[in-house]
Amino acid sequence: MDILTWGRSPWGQQILTHVSWDLLWASLFAGVAFLIAHASYMVLSAHRKRKAEETDAMEAARTDLPPLIRRHGVGARVFHWVMATAMLTLLLTAFLPIVGVQFAWVTWHWIAGLVLTATIVFHIIHATFWLDFWSIWVGPKDIPELKAEILREFGHDVPGPKPGKYPLGNRLYHLGIVLAALSVVATGLFMMVRVRTPFYTRNPYLFSDSTWGVTYVTHGLAGVTLVGMVIAHVYFAIRPEKRWITKSMIFGFITRRQYLEHHDPDRWVVSEPPREKVI
Amino acid sequence: MAVIRDVMPAFELFQPASVSDAQALLKRYGGEAWLLAGGLDSFDWLKDRIKRPAAVIDLSGIADLKGIKPWGDGGLEIGAMTTLTEIVRHPVVRERYSILLEAAESAASPQIRNQGTVGGNVTQDTRCWYYRAGWSCYRAGGNICYADTPQAINREHAILEADRCVAVNPSDTAPALIALDAQMVIRTGAGEQVIAAEDYFVGPGTDITRMTVLKPGSLLTSIRIPGTWAASAEGSGGAGRVQFYFEKIRDRNVWDFALVSVASAMATTGTTIDRIRLVVNGVAARPLRLAAVEDLVRGKPRNEATAVIAGNLAIEGAQPLTFNGYKVPLMRNLVKRAIRGVEDVDWTS
Repeated sequence: MDILTWGRSPWGQQILTHVSWDLLWASLFAGVAFLIAHASYMVLSAHRKRKAEETDAMEAARTDLPPLIRRHGVGARVFHWVMATAMLTLLLTAFLPIVGVQFAWVTWHWIAGLVLTATIVFHIIHATFWLDFWSIWVGPKDIPELKAEILREFGHDVPGPKPGKYPLGNRLYHLGIVLAALSVVATGLFMMVRVRTPFYTRNPYLFSDSTWGVTYVTHGLAGVTLVGMVIAHVYFAIRPEKRWITKSMIFGFITRRQYLEHHDPDRWVVSEPPREKVI
Repeated sequence: MAVIRDVMPAFELFQPASVSDAQALLKRYGGEAWLLAGGLDSFDWLKDRIKRPAAVIDLSGIADLKGIKPWGDGGLEIGAMTTLTEIVRHPVVRERYSILLEAAESAASPQIRNQGTVGGNVTQDTRCWYYRAGWSCYRAGGNICYADTPQAINREHAILEADRCVAVNPSDTAPALIALDAQMVIRTGAGEQVIAAEDYFVGPGTDITRMTVLKPGSLLTSIRIPGTWAASAEGSGGAGRVQFYFEKIRDRNVWDFALVSVASAMATTGTTIDRIRLVVNGVAARPLRLAAVEDLVRGKPRNEATAVIAGNLAIEGAQPLTFNGYKVPLMRNLVKRAIRGVEDVDWTS
């Protein structure tokens, strides 16, 4: 299997052109293999969940918390779903033609790319000034949580740290998607200089052939990586034990019980006034 | 740039005697197979060592792919390996489909028409020299169009439907076949497929590496021309008298590809245009049927005023490159001439 494709410039130089589209199949395979492996593990493993009585006791002790706790505001939810639509459009317009579904995809692709760019800019501003910016990132402080999560996965009853607002898996996924999406957006914006759009005067010589090659390869690598990541994301979104997270991305709220069962109240402090109903 | 000519890379040569044998070879070699019709486009690619197929499948020995026979209600079926000269000389083509005769006769030179086939003529690759030089342009799987740069020599390139690539379709018979509402018969591994001629050609937005819908394993076997647009003084397939117009503009009057060509089939009652199919080539990567212009002129009188508005509508959206701006008025005027005709009319542009 090739990883990169090469071409020849008018000066006879060998130049990078694209990633090999074999990598698309590799990414698809990796995504599907991961979800099969994970699903099998979840069926067969001794994955430890918090006991119902334990959660009952915590809920009885924390009647000061509102019954419904806001997890995502309207802005965050609109961002998520617009970004998801743009991302799926980008992946479909990029890869359907490669697998044989032919259509005029370029205009749809760059429009979706601009929508994705706009949502990312919005998200950065929103998260920086209106959200707890650091709650989504991972760092050395999360190593104890990582150890505890691994031990729980192997059936141990570990009292160690529970996640704050975002489970460790969410935060690791966010880190991966940030790297892939920023790579694909940054390179994609430059690649738009090579196609006809209302925004730029075409300039195929903005970079040297070799720099363009690196740009296209980076865009392609990030793109095929996103295929596998999106498969994994959708898989977790529809898994029974994760649906409460997905529902919170639709409705904005989780229940007090879900909050106490899955989060560490010391790491995610709920300070908003009580709410009785989901709006 | 091609550095070696006249010495082709080694390949396996197959000369099947039947379509099924050819298909078996196509299945065996897939994308590594090269179909050889008249060889006029193929040998350039092979001698320049730009294309390096593992197997060349010479179709010249397949009798089923040759000849012209009646088809349907007054139509014709032309085998894909029928030569352009055979088409030019065929009495029914001369009598009823003179637009195809004109188009085929305008291709290249007599020697080339003796060898070149209608299947090869509609399926040939673009003449963009940047692409044919073997550089890694979009059409060759790369990430740049060398013809669409400020310094490029792009006098012959596209003014419409450019999508990264600005190559144009070089076929002379293609616009005539689309004007006649022809159907392309394709054999694939899944069986026979019949598609409209205008859908046979694809632009770069849809597939930047192909000029037609043919994929590895597919074979164009014949072209069916319905009787609907057969010319006659009394009309055919519907009301009105069917008239054709074909014109090819090129740098020299023999042995050259079209800068722009136009083909129309028009049914009129008196001076009113009842039905029309209008196609231009040489302006995009596929022959363009001008459906908006057809809609505009249908029901209108065939005169100068109608021709002027048709010509102006035809070029809407044209985006010339550095050196091909002349194609815009050329296309507009050819459409005008196709609508109005050129007999007894003072030529204005």
